[in-house]
Amino acid sequence: MWVYDKKLEYPIKIRKPDPRMAKLIITQYGGPDGELAASLRYLSQRFTMITPQAKATLNDIGTEELAHLEMIGTMVKQLTRGASYDEIKNSGLDAYYVDHDRGIYPVSASGVPFTAAYIQSKGDPRTDLYEDMAAEQKARSTYEYLINMADDPDVIEPLRFLREREIVHFQRFGESLRYVQEFLDSKKYSFPSPKKS
Amino acid sequence: MSRDDLLRKISALDFYIIDLGLYLNTHPNDKEALTKYNESVRQVNSLKKEFTQSYGMLLANSSESRHPWQWIEGPWPWQKSFNFELKEDMD
Ligand SMILES: [Fe+2]
Repeated sequence: MWVYDKKLEYPIKIRKPDPRMAKLIITQYGGPDGELAASLRYLSQRFTMITPQAKATLNDIGTEELAHLEMIGTMVKQLTRGASYDEIKNSGLDAYYVDHDRGIYPVSASGVPFTAAYIQSKGDPRTDLYEDMAAEQKARSTYEYLINMADDPDVIEPLRFLREREIVHFQRFGESLRYVQEFLDSKKYSFPSPKKS
Repeated sequence: MSRDDLLRKISALDFYIIDLGLYLNTHPNDKEALTKYNESVRQVNSLKKEFTQSYGMLLANSSESRHPWQWIEGPWPWQKSFNFELKEDMD
């Protein structure tokens, strides 16, 4: 189960509304390499993970991604708060506005609603950990592109924090994969076992 | 300590604890990291106690509330006014 900790993992205090940045950052809420996909992926895969190290890693990184989802929702909320109709029109957030006003809805930057097709849970611990390492790299790239599009330090600082977390997560998944690989090698056992013809 | 100073300290320590925890998951025999982890947990627990007594509930289902029920008190973490300024000279 989970218990709510009534604070953010990293503080967000955006003074200037910027609906253009909100339209881009929402992609880390509901986009293909976003935090919702990340948390759902890891928290689902953990049920079939093996080795104590890799189980704990998936469980805890999946949990941390939920905190990142909250940070992204917070950024979008603060970026749209107080924006005028003209600002919304000129920023390109108008299409989102007519569907959701200032509600936080999981879509990508290009407006595609969230889908579970963004993630995989393959049942093979090696396959899942390779997917997770790739997912962390894709999220890191996205944060770099978002930072390239931003100019307000109030926005850039939390994005940099989130980017650095992806690097740490990639590292931990790599270490977990080594434990899983070693375990499988030591058992001389293939999982799932290929069907003999 | 002011609310923001206390929350800044708690947030920094909690982050350190999250990061050390992830490290320990794949390095369970690292004694130095384990000592830092345990020390930080002790430290943050006493700061959280202080925060709860002066400024309200922090962790669901684990801190006691005064009357009336304090959990519903704002601001919530997604509101700008909840969050503190980052200080440059933090170590
Ligand atoms: Fe991550």
